[in-house]
Amino acid sequence: MDGKKPNGSGNGSKGSNEWRVKVGLAEMLKGGVIMDVTNAEQAKIAENAGACAVMALERVPSDIRKEGGVARMASIKVIREIMNTVTIPVMAKVRIGHFAEAEVLQALEVDFIDESEVLTPADEENHIWKRDYRVPFVCGARNLGEALRRIAEGAAMIRTKGEAGSGNVVEAVRHMRAIMSQMKKLATMREDELMHEAKELGAPLELVRQIAKTGKLPVPNFSAGGIATPADAALVRRLGAEAVFVGSGIFKSSDPEARAKAVVKATTHFEDPKAVLEAHEELGEAMRGLDVRQMEEKDLLATRGW
Amino acid sequence: MKIGILAVQGDFEAHAAMLERLGAQTTEVRAPADLEGCDGLVLPGGESTTQLKFLQEEGLADKIVRFAERGGAIFGTCAGAILLANDVKHPQQDSLKLMDMTVVRNAYGRQIASDVVSGPTTLKTELLEMVFIRGPVIERTGPGVKVLAEYAGRPALVERDNIMAATFHPELTQDTTVHEHFLSLARSRQGQRANGAKPAK
Repeated sequence: MDGKKPNGSGNGSKGSNEWRVKVGLAEMLKGGVIMDVTNAEQAKIAENAGACAVMALERVPSDIRKEGGVARMASIKVIREIMNTVTIPVMAKVRIGHFAEAEVLQALEVDFIDESEVLTPADEENHIWKRDYRVPFVCGARNLGEALRRIAEGAAMIRTKGEAGSGNVVEAVRHMRAIMSQMKKLATMREDELMHEAKELGAPLELVRQIAKTGKLPVPNFSAGGIATPADAALVRRLGAEAVFVGSGIFKSSDPEARAKAVVKATTHFEDPKAVLEAHEELGEAMRGLDVRQMEEKDLLATRGW
Repeated sequence: MKIGILAVQGDFEAHAAMLERLGAQTTEVRAPADLEGCDGLVLPGGESTTQLKFLQEEGLADKIVRFAERGGAIFGTCAGAILLANDVKHPQQDSLKLMDMTVVRNAYGRQIASDVVSGPTTLKTELLEMVFIRGPVIERTGPGVKVLAEYAGRPALVERDNIMAATFHPELTQDTTVHEHFLSLARSRQGQRANGAKPAK
């Protein structure tokens, strides 16, 4: 082992280089599946199935939903065990606005931090100022304005919120379609219309102008929330998601190992229905889903975040 | 000139953007048949464990080895370099064994140690900018392996016959030097194959 680490002797300002390696790791995860795990054994199953990263958390979203109570950052012992067990990147969640939890996870050296609506928010107005961290952040978004606010704060990856722990893909679809169509709209607008649009979106003008020009987010755009089957993964990929997070869908199914593999296969071959069919063969029962329309406002996780 | 880019998982789009900027035609490779008609192949960054499982299960691993044996040019960056190495450590891992070198995975540490640095290269007089992301280290190179760039006294970009490997990500910079070199390698191999020359083993 070489103890020397690259130490910023490169060109350009330190700030911009930090940003580049943060978005760079997000780039490396494209096309893959990031799986929620609650212990080292599950992490190993995920890695063996071909996950490109794991998300360490105390309880998967469907259990948080069932059991209630305050959901916090996972125990350090569990996260560390997971970090020691797998060689793929390890992500962990912090509560919205809880920068002290984020500092702890950075000190622990997790590879990515998810400032997540799945946990109980610690701040009902402010998100973490993510630019101050060397560890990259991912944040959920329901629409383009929310995505751009998070990017302005320093998120290096955006994911749809979907409705976590529901086993129902409808919200992830809604959020992905919203983000994609709002970006398309920007691309058709005149420059003198962008200020008003920025105001409507509640997003910084500079980012709005950038998207009007490039037609895409300046960071990778992934999907999460309610993905439970290989076809769900293929669906969100077809709608523009560059990678997929699967939470409760794997370890709440009747066949976690087979399902994990199948979702990975469908995520890679999302444009090939035959491969998605093969992924579905021999699968047992998916997790039991919830009808989001029957849920009460207070039970929705996607509405957390501002 | 058509370059295939392994598009299982990782930063394949960044490679495509850079190669297209240089005038090459690119195609995404997800199945063995996708390699047909390619003059070169890029193995991008990403997670080597994820990519390796996929290559082995979908029959792409053998196909890539045969592509190399026929003289096809291959360039692996980061995870791609790990896939090409004869020996992989930390932990030990199977590979395509197309480059006589030993690599140590995640040798700099976790993401927090990722950085943008620069190092000397034989490809140009200025230093080469290098983006390391959870990068590996090349611990040993076998006979005949040319070192084209170094960082901190270790090889960072190497070449042997038709195979190139980088522990960093030239595709995440604006500098086209390394990809230009790969395209010229692919072009020269294309010429040799056309003339019926046997590829060097």
